[in-house]
Amino acid sequence: MTFTLVQVIVGGLLLGAVYALFSSGLTLVWGMMNVVNFAHGDFVMLGMYVAFVVYTLLGGGPLIGAPLATLLLATLGVIVYFGLIRDIMKGPMLAQILGTFGLALLLRYSVFWWFGANFLSLPENLVGGTFDIFGIRIQASRLLAGVVALVVTLALHLLLTRTTLGSRMLAVAEDATAAQLMGIRPDSMQAIAWAIAAGATGLAGALIATFFYIVPTVGETLGIVAFVTVSLGGFGSVPGALVAGLLIGVIESLSGYLIGAVYKDIVVYSLFLGFLWFRPQGLMGKT
Amino acid sequence: MRFSHVIGLFSAAAMSAALVGNAAAQSKTVKIGGIFPMSGNAASIGVHVKHAFDVALDIINNPHPELGNFPLAKNGGLAGLGGAKVEIVYADNQGSPATGQNQALRLITEEKVVALTGAYQSGITLTASAIAEKYNIPFVNGESVAPNLTERGFKWFFRVTPIATDFARVYYEFLNDMKAAGAKTDNIAILHDNTEYGASVANTLTTAFKEKGIAVALDVAYATNATDVQSQVLQLKEKKPDVVIAISYTSDAILFAKTMQALDYKPPMLLADDSGYSDPSFIKAVGKISQGVFNRSSWSVGPAGSPTAIIAKMYKDKSGDDMDDTVARQMQALFVLCEAIDRAGSTEPAKIQAALKATDLKPDQIMMGYKGVKFDDKGQNILASGLIIQLQDGENYVSVWPKASAEKTPIMPYKGW
Repeated sequence: MTFTLVQVIVGGLLLGAVYALFSSGLTLVWGMMNVVNFAHGDFVMLGMYVAFVVYTLLGGGPLIGAPLATLLLATLGVIVYFGLIRDIMKGPMLAQILGTFGLALLLRYSVFWWFGANFLSLPENLVGGTFDIFGIRIQASRLLAGVVALVVTLALHLLLTRTTLGSRMLAVAEDATAAQLMGIRPDSMQAIAWAIAAGATGLAGALIATFFYIVPTVGETLGIVAFVTVSLGGFGSVPGALVAGLLIGVIESLSGYLIGAVYKDIVVYSLFLGFLWFRPQGLMGKT
Repeated sequence: MRFSHVIGLFSAAAMSAALVGNAAAQSKTVKIGGIFPMSGNAASIGVHVKHAFDVALDIINNPHPELGNFPLAKNGGLAGLGGAKVEIVYADNQGSPATGQNQALRLITEEKVVALTGAYQSGITLTASAIAEKYNIPFVNGESVAPNLTERGFKWFFRVTPIATDFARVYYEFLNDMKAAGAKTDNIAILHDNTEYGASVANTLTTAFKEKGIAVALDVAYATNATDVQSQVLQLKEKKPDVVIAISYTSDAILFAKTMQALDYKPPMLLADDSGYSDPSFIKAVGKISQGVFNRSSWSVGPAGSPTAIIAKMYKDKSGDDMDDTVARQMQALFVLCEAIDRAGSTEPAKIQAALKATDLKPDQIMMGYKGVKFDDKGQNILASGLIIQLQDGENYVSVWPKASAEKTPIMPYKGW
């Protein structure tokens, strides 16, 4: 019993780290420019397909797939910013929602048209199988995703708090006009923010692809968790997303095991709503 | 036009393409509505069924003498209606019962279809067929197995597929034979999602086993389209059942296979209930780590040159995938419906309904391994039956039970990877 319980908690932590990795891009874009990117899940989906194409064409694992997905998605992030976001940000909130939602559908059904609707999968041992530590099983692919989640979170946090670039980005987020008067170009800063956010999302996708199925609608399945993670962690807070991701992962695993998988979402979401009741800004969000 | 506007336009186009189905209309054809998941997580099913229906329409609308006695194959079009061609108007149910219902309404009132088929997920067949019943339009279903669909006293609903109660019997007899051969089958766990399909099949199996004196020791339910199934697999691993019966759609089935391998869990026997485990993309994605999984099926390719082998090849050429049980049952339903329309010699719904009630197809007139097609008062095909198949090499299912139709002997225990 206790033995299995340890495995449940370990599994929950690894799952939570993936949720955190998945959500970091979403929270960054929100923090930088108050835009909710409904296409976020589909960015992750694109990252997964990059990993898949890299594997089928080059036989390469995440060592090639992950950097390439980061690069390609970062480029897409810049294109999306200049092509769509910059303009709809001037419109009402509804325009942002529908704009990014339309983008989500465009991406989803382009992939659907190109790759078909079949479920795809990468080989299970692409990232070196599974460790067995005193009977506790840890999948190397999930561990890698977990470690990368920690590193990405730390790197993003340091970038925002310790570098000039980070200060400039935060300045634009705070007050774009004032920043402009100080000689900072809001456009470039926000484009960089989109590149970083989309790049992190592509990285997440390429790593998640090593242990999850790949299908054009996968962004839908994983997307809801990302929004919950980000609002629990506090919109805009990168460390908040990490803590929230881990928390949700463990609570989900424990309640799924102890109470039953059908009820785990009820447990997670009632705790979530209950928490927001007391602290609407989330764990680490600004008031 | 600026670049941003181009992107905006594309986004708008994508949204409208996703929200609005195609509404092509032609006269002097027999229009049948097909409601299937074309988007959402079961979209692969919709893609498969479209290819299968293209093949079926080719067989119905063009002469295919090589298919021998197979109904509607010999001449082009429906002879009973002066060679009228059949056309399918598709609608996307988006994996949602509410959408399925709206689409049924649209197909009947706006597209003026004479009959409906679909809708894959039992929960959506439930709502879509209720609309058909209200508008007195025949609804022929080929693949939804939730028992209650034919327990509603409907007059316009006909179901060709065997259902959960039929398979409870098949599973019971199969497990009995396996027990006689030395396998342990006393401790049974049922793993299922919480949809209409998963819940009702699990319930039917539990009840049927109970009547035979077998208690289902463990019932593991989960919400469909799961992001993670580790806790469910650990529950099974801890309780060590002899037999795990898995009732899952494709996405969850793939996740279970991957998670079982990651957590090193192999039940002695894994018995799947069709759907996800029959999807060719399940086999391609995780077949190699699911070796030895048992499954139910009513489809078998048959000897070379037989109508089933010819149809299977036409489908493979069209879609690139092998024919699976689910898509074959959907195709069979379309043939049953068109045969009835042909016999009715009319597109009047009431006449089609009467013809469906009088349907009496023999085994050599159908593509499935049923004993025939004949509906009872509830609209259920009483001659539907099935067999047990096994994914022995991780690439192709072979029939293993009952002995009379077995290509190979069953291999125990579950090998996995």
